[in-house]
Amino acid sequence: MGDQPKGLFARYWAMLTTPAKTAMGGILVGGFIAGVVFWGGFNTALEVTNTEEFCISCHEMRDNVYQELKETIHYSNRSGVRATCPDCHVPKEWTYKIIRKIQASKEVWGKITGIVDTPEKFDAHRREMADREWARMKANDSRECRNCHDFQSMDYSEQGRRSVKQHQDALATGQKTCIDCHKGIAHQLPDMKGVEGWD
Amino acid sequence: MKKIGLAVALLAACSSLAWVAQADTGGMKSLRGAKALDEGTRAPAMYKFNKDEEPIKRNYVQQPPVIPHTIRGYRVDLNSNKCLSCHSWDNYKESGATKVSLTHFNTRGGHALADISPRRYFCLQCHVPQAVTAPLIENEYQSSTEIGR
Repeated sequence: MGDQPKGLFARYWAMLTTPAKTAMGGILVGGFIAGVVFWGGFNTALEVTNTEEFCISCHEMRDNVYQELKETIHYSNRSGVRATCPDCHVPKEWTYKIIRKIQASKEVWGKITGIVDTPEKFDAHRREMADREWARMKANDSRECRNCHDFQSMDYSEQGRRSVKQHQDALATGQKTCIDCHKGIAHQLPDMKGVEGWD
Repeated sequence: MKKIGLAVALLAACSSLAWVAQADTGGMKSLRGAKALDEGTRAPAMYKFNKDEEPIKRNYVQQPPVIPHTIRGYRVDLNSNKCLSCHSWDNYKESGATKVSLTHFNTRGGHALADISPRRYFCLQCHVPQAVTAPLIENEYQSSTEIGR
């Protein structure tokens, strides 16, 4: 059998199924180390893009939405606990985070083409961008709000008269989610024509 | 003679000192306290707006009702009117808020519109949130309804 000439496929098959022992060890060890380095590097880079400093390193964010955020309770309040951009705009869970990050790669194109690079252009696109965020929040039941605002921990006796009514009637029954009412709490609103409850 | 001269000089110095302390304000008391113009006064403590309350009774006929809740971050501008998202005729039932008075639908010329008249759009021109504060000056105001009794 050994002397028998083999076909092309059989020779390749033999080469692939019997690699040299050292090479195999090298591939395993080297691959493991490279995996750790690349995976760690990937996640580190990903986390760098998940910081407020990264967001406001572009003037589009720094001069528009960041300035608006500074006036609101999510930036300035009595106890100093605050939300940063990614707390609301990037999911915490890895799978959803990666999906969001891939979607957000479109924003790099936006930066290159300068679609919102002046306050006037930003305002012209404000409704479109707001609609997108409202739809995202509505679809995931305001997941990013709930990272901090846990409905189970809400104490009605500590809430205002108006809040209790809305939270008991609409939120507890699942008729509405946070973003249905709490629009424009961190940034200025666009023209609200046609938005439910505002028009 | 020398002694008298000294006494006079001393008296003059004292009285001029007293005069300097007095003259800057002329004995006048203003809301910022009896301080000279270039002197600073301590800023009064900042007041906090009252949180959620029941609707507050009016003090006189035609008084714009005051706002019985905080309004931090409520924007009223060309793009949106946060007040109307609860108080408008479309939304007041669901929110349980007081509805806007029908008088707010009239234009200056008396024409009734289908929605809030632009001259009544900026709610905070008349309606304001409340804080518990001591009156700055004495006030003997009586509402016309009390006088009529």
